Amino acid sequence: MKHLLSTHDLSIDNIVAILDTADHMTEINARPVAKVPALRGRTVASVFFEDSTRTRLSFESAAKRLSADTMTFSAASSSVNKGESLRDTIETLSAMGVDAFVVRHKSSGVPAAITQWTGASVINAGDGWHQHPTQALLDTYTITRSFGLKDSLQGRSIAIVGDIKHSRVARSDIDVFTRLGAEVILVAPPTLLPHNIATWGVKTASSIDEVVGKVDVLYMLRMQFERMDSGVIPGLAEYSSRFALTPARARLLSPHALVMHPGPMNRGIEMVVDPSDLPGSRILQQVANGVSVRMAVLFTILGGGATATLQQGVDA
Amino acid sequence: MSSSSIVIRGGTVVNPSGNEVADVRIVNGLIDAVGTGLQGDVILDAAGAYVSSGFVDLHTHLREPGKEEAETIETGSRAAALGGYTAVVAMPNTDPAQDSVMVVRFVRERGEAAGLCEVIPSGCITMGRNGANLVPYASLAAEGVHIFTDDGNGVQDPLLMRRALEYAAPLNVTLAQHCEVSRLTEGAVMHEGACCSSMGVPGWPAIAEELMLHRDIELVRLTGARMHFLHLSTKGSVELVRQAKADGLPVTAEVTPHHLALQDELLRGFDPLFKVNPPLRTAEDIEALKAGLIDGTIDAVATDHAPHAAHTKEQPLDAAPPGMLGLETALAVLNTAVNVDVRRIAEVMSWNPAQIAGVGDHQGRPIAVGEPANIAVWDTTSVWTVSRDELASRSKNTPYHGMEVRGRVRHTIFRGELVVQEGKALK
Repeated sequence: MKHLLSTHDLSIDNIVAILDTADHMTEINARPVAKVPALRGRTVASVFFEDSTRTRLSFESAAKRLSADTMTFSAASSSVNKGESLRDTIETLSAMGVDAFVVRHKSSGVPAAITQWTGASVINAGDGWHQHPTQALLDTYTITRSFGLKDSLQGRSIAIVGDIKHSRVARSDIDVFTRLGAEVILVAPPTLLPHNIATWGVKTASSIDEVVGKVDVLYMLRMQFERMDSGVIPGLAEYSSRFALTPARARLLSPHALVMHPGPMNRGIEMVVDPSDLPGSRILQQVANGVSVRMAVLFTILGGGATATLQQGVDA
Repeated sequence: MSSSSIVIRGGTVVNPSGNEVADVRIVNGLIDAVGTGLQGDVILDAAGAYVSSGFVDLHTHLREPGKEEAETIETGSRAAALGGYTAVVAMPNTDPAQDSVMVVRFVRERGEAAGLCEVIPSGCITMGRNGANLVPYASLAAEGVHIFTDDGNGVQDPLLMRRALEYAAPLNVTLAQHCEVSRLTEGAVMHEGACCSSMGVPGWPAIAEELMLHRDIELVRLTGARMHFLHLSTKGSVELVRQAKADGLPVTAEVTPHHLALQDELLRGFDPLFKVNPPLRTAEDIEALKAGLIDGTIDAVATDHAPHAAHTKEQPLDAAPPGMLGLETALAVLNTAVNVDVRRIAEVMSWNPAQIAGVGDHQGRPIAVGEPANIAVWDTTSVWTVSRDELASRSKNTPYHGMEVRGRVRHTIFRGELVVQEGKALK
């Protein structure tokens, strides 16, 4: 695998292989010294044109635990503010010697565009409303491992609640979850659903109450405040009344049901309940798994053809 | 002007009265003879080709003044001549905009200086295309401006649009609308449909075009003023224009080659080359546009030739400007995409647009003795592969690079002068 731009680029076999590799990484992360030399001499540049804390730190931790060198570029403190073009930025960084770019951008399609201007691998760390493939992988890892599964979500129902339309997390998760056999239910007002989802193989529900007692996974999305300004929904109070996870609704969850959130959470808006009160919450587990899965992705992309196999890297 | 004679030999002459195989001789800027066995100083081979009046493009962005790094009036005129055009209507979204006598004169004079085709300046509907203040229609009409448009923007304010129609009507000019309700297309990148939905980009819904088209058809009904509709892109738009014409309203409409040939699916790779406004739409829309072109609902094929410097298209899809080249590929793309006969090609590429552009007294004329020699010689059978590196335009943003097309312009004669011979520009 040269790039990871979209979940659509991954076959089910690719997904299963990455999650299997992530199991090894989880084992490494549990060691007293959580570091292996697998990617020694490789350089990973995280290039974030849009603010992000957790995803950038997660990728950088992943790279460092595999002993890769890391470079960080963030638009706020860079020559982008002096008018440098995307192409020039990438070509400049590329000239410094980069093996993989980890790219976040507010515009859909930017990671794909960047592949024209560098010979390095490109990993999409979130582009616009389009894709966030490592989030889908870590979410799938979290769900499968929580249920003791390996390579399928057959028979499991997953409700994704909130602003689906503007969510790259939702687009990525829906693709992977449905291909692994899960029943996916999108819970949102119509103004926060994408158009033409008839072909997506999903169901929809118009309130969290319709799904909360029935699903195996309740996946809460962040409600973005700017949506209110653009008149997409009437107001936060009405939103919360139909789509927030409240303590009363949480009591209706199945005992085995998982509660997930990609973060950052809006407490009091979509998360009225305190997640630490929920036995089924996997929200912090998602963050921990994010490092393992991103290690697996980096190793899959940069480890191939290297002197180290995973075992050598692990055991050296 | 040279007094030597040019003979176009052995082609099929395409006229409103019918087709005939004949030689055509040109002397002193006029057609001097149409017949067989004609002799002259310069002989142009037209065997297997058609001889028609030169093409007239209702919709060309020449970018000068203001964006000369993308195109100049000279480079755009050369691209036009290579495409078989002997006249182009220069869109007014220049910088400064074509809202004053001074700018309009500049554009016309630069076109005359290039001498490759007739450059007909259009005027804005509103000053600086600001959607607020009317341009001096009478002063611009006195400069020969016939088409007025804020192309790139639709005129949003219905009161202003009504007044523009009422004011301009007695001046015998034509207002041309870019139909787009901008509130419905904020941030829009491509057609709102299944493709845009899965790509996660804001959509440009068909209704944004159709709402304004409907409004303006009703304003035409109210005011009696004539109106032309630019670059129709949706099935619903074709139906609205069809009905307006059935009602006897004085409306005309154009379609671009790219809206006849290319689908929104091409944007899946996020390549800004395929970003255009209005956006590429669906197979269903394409079929409706083709039907409208064939049945006469749509009067003209217009290129919306929109050059952009390479660096501006090397941006994220949402930031890159919309627009694609069209002049040098229009005939071939039309002929490849749509099953139209030769007469209809001449109609929609030359005769009708010449009337709409207000130059029907010297462009889009029959091939007959005494007529001005604005002539294109072209075929519908030559197969060639479009290469962005071989285009005369200063920009390279053709969506057809590497695509095999059928039909080619062989020679172009502008005011009696041979400007393109065997597909090569002579100046």
